[in-house]
Amino acid sequence: MKFVDEFRDGTAARRYAHALARIITRPWTLMEVCGGQTHAILRFGLDALLPDGVRLIHGPGCPVCVTPLALIDKALALAARPNVTFCSFGDMLRVPGSAGDLQGVKAAGGDVRVVYSPLDAVRVAAALPDREVIFFAVGFETTAPANAMAVMHAAAQGLRNFSLLVAHVLVPPAMEAILASPRCRVQGFLAAGHVCTVMGYAAYEPIARAYRVPIVVTGFEPLDLLQGIYMCVRQLEAGRAEVENQYARSVRRQGNTGAQRMITEVFEVVPRAWRGIGEIPHSGLALRPQYAHFDAERRFRLTVPGAPEPEECISGLILQGVHAPPECAEFGRRCTPEHPLGAPMVSSEGACAAYYRFRRPAPEAAEEGRV
Amino acid sequence: MTRPIDELVCPVPLASDQVLLAHGGGGRLMRRLIEELIVPAVGNDPLLRPLHDGAAFDVAGAQLAFTTDSYVVRPLVFPGGDIAQLAVNGTVNDLAMCGARPLVLSAALIMEEGLPLDLLRRLMESLGRAAAAAGVRIVTGDTKVVDRGKGDGLFINTAGVGVVVAPQPVEPGRIRPGDAVLLSGDIGRHGIAIMASREGLAFETAIESDCAPLAGPVLALLAAGVEVHCLRDLTRGGLGAALIEIARTAGRRIEITEPAIPIRPDVAAACELLGLDPLFVANEGRFVAFIPSHDAPRAQAVLQAAPAAAGTVCIGRVGAAGDEVILTGPLGTARVLDLPSGEQLPRIC
Repeated sequence: MKFVDEFRDGTAARRYAHALARIITRPWTLMEVCGGQTHAILRFGLDALLPDGVRLIHGPGCPVCVTPLALIDKALALAARPNVTFCSFGDMLRVPGSAGDLQGVKAAGGDVRVVYSPLDAVRVAAALPDREVIFFAVGFETTAPANAMAVMHAAAQGLRNFSLLVAHVLVPPAMEAILASPRCRVQGFLAAGHVCTVMGYAAYEPIARAYRVPIVVTGFEPLDLLQGIYMCVRQLEAGRAEVENQYARSVRRQGNTGAQRMITEVFEVVPRAWRGIGEIPHSGLALRPQYAHFDAERRFRLTVPGAPEPEECISGLILQGVHAPPECAEFGRRCTPEHPLGAPMVSSEGACAAYYRFRRPAPEAAEEGRV
Repeated sequence: MTRPIDELVCPVPLASDQVLLAHGGGGRLMRRLIEELIVPAVGNDPLLRPLHDGAAFDVAGAQLAFTTDSYVVRPLVFPGGDIAQLAVNGTVNDLAMCGARPLVLSAALIMEEGLPLDLLRRLMESLGRAAAAAGVRIVTGDTKVVDRGKGDGLFINTAGVGVVVAPQPVEPGRIRPGDAVLLSGDIGRHGIAIMASREGLAFETAIESDCAPLAGPVLALLAAGVEVHCLRDLTRGGLGAALIEIARTAGRRIEITEPAIPIRPDVAAACELLGLDPLFVANEGRFVAFIPSHDAPRAQAVLQAAPAAAGTVCIGRVGAAGDEVILTGPLGTARVLDLPSGEQLPRIC
């Protein structure tokens, strides 16, 4: 497939790995921010190509994983209402709340629908005027413009039965929260290319300066990631801490200003709780007061009891890079994609799911049991 | 931040006590439902135990193959086929995968009140044409009607009987180290065609289902005297699920070269966009054949001469003892191919 196969070329990948091995003089720990990058790294086995000195740890960039338990519980409560049609991206269906998941609500008779775009949910609302149609607006800056557009369309059509359950989070404040932690091991970041396509990368420049950490805006194909890692290590070896753009075929410094205008029109920046991290100031989006009637939380005045998070799952430590998923005592044992102890094992972008799905063959696979 | 990162943890989900859609997705959940709930309850018959696509048994000196399958697809008519073609070809293919020549089919219809007769007539004509094309007769059947809202227009169940023509059993237990793994063509078309034509999916594409009867190429292989160790048609769980199931049943490692697997660029693009792994997307007209290496080039030539298998390629080989499928990717690095839990769900971004 054109524009994809070129970025998965084995010979070029090995050349990059050799080039990296030539410039590296000491071990470095890098964090790729986005879960899509984590999955590409493991799916294509990039970790096996890298020289020993490069350690990759996996960041909080999985929107499914960081959506707080309380919000999932709200989604479950809303979706179970008889007059509600609850629309969601597919990923969210299996994410466990404190008592079940959306898949279970659907099985019990709830009208839960997978959509591929929030605009599809607006169409559902227009077609079902007697039902309350709610879209679960999960995601980073990447999905925010389409969700903003859905609200603008619904407003233009005068739809009174459409609303969003908003769980939007923003990347730069989370990167700062990780850097500010006393246990932070991150020496360089691969920033999420798609987020930067929308938002640009000027917001990362003060972070790079303040924490003396190189940040390379990086794409998602194997060669993108190898080049991003190479650029990041080259900065670290030279003692530089700058923002560089590997993903120049998609990202400009100012980002997509049209998309940003839509976000700003509909949403405002608010503090938001991140599952596994806690509340981070200025790290979320909420609907502006003039769009309040599209806000499912305000519209339905939900109160769900706060549920305690269970104790076995160490996703906090994994997000911080203190442990890799296979180092968790429950990984692949009590915690599997069918019986996840936490969201990172569920989501298509979660780090634990990536390690589970794309595990390396054991050298003595014939004799050993499965992990 | 309100709490330090490492004090925070994730929730324990409740195991489901009801059937979920994911139980029908051809993944691990479905396998466990069959193995842990259904098979023990219905009596663990030795013919059922291998959990093959069909059962083969002797009747008065002849070896017969018997299989059944139900078809529930929305929309009823999709690019490249319809539910009636699926109902014939799916069952014919299950018989062929037992090394059998399909002979007769039953067709049982569960119709929803309100199904337009005109549509039903067209689908039944399609059923007849598909049977004729596959060389089977429809010899018995049944009709039932359910209340409006209790069915998806039309469900079809077909059962089929065939006569086994393979001189040796065709089953996972017979695969041997060194066997070539042949794949009969490009993968992923049926699943993407269905997904693209479902309502609510604003995704335009000219991708048509690969739905086709596979008895022709299989019988050609057997007629040519090729030694066939195992055959498996690729259905719901795609190529990946078929290979994983064979590796586990056979207790063999199966080594696959990912770039050797043919995927049309439009199918690959759709999968990239939707975040789906084409290895686990449904097919309705593709199969894998495990053939001893000395016979593999001949088998490939025979299959390539059959219209439904013209795109046959060798995608890997059987390794030593083990129970995993090892996939070597475009960068030359290897990973264990893992069965998805249930349905593949499109990702967020």
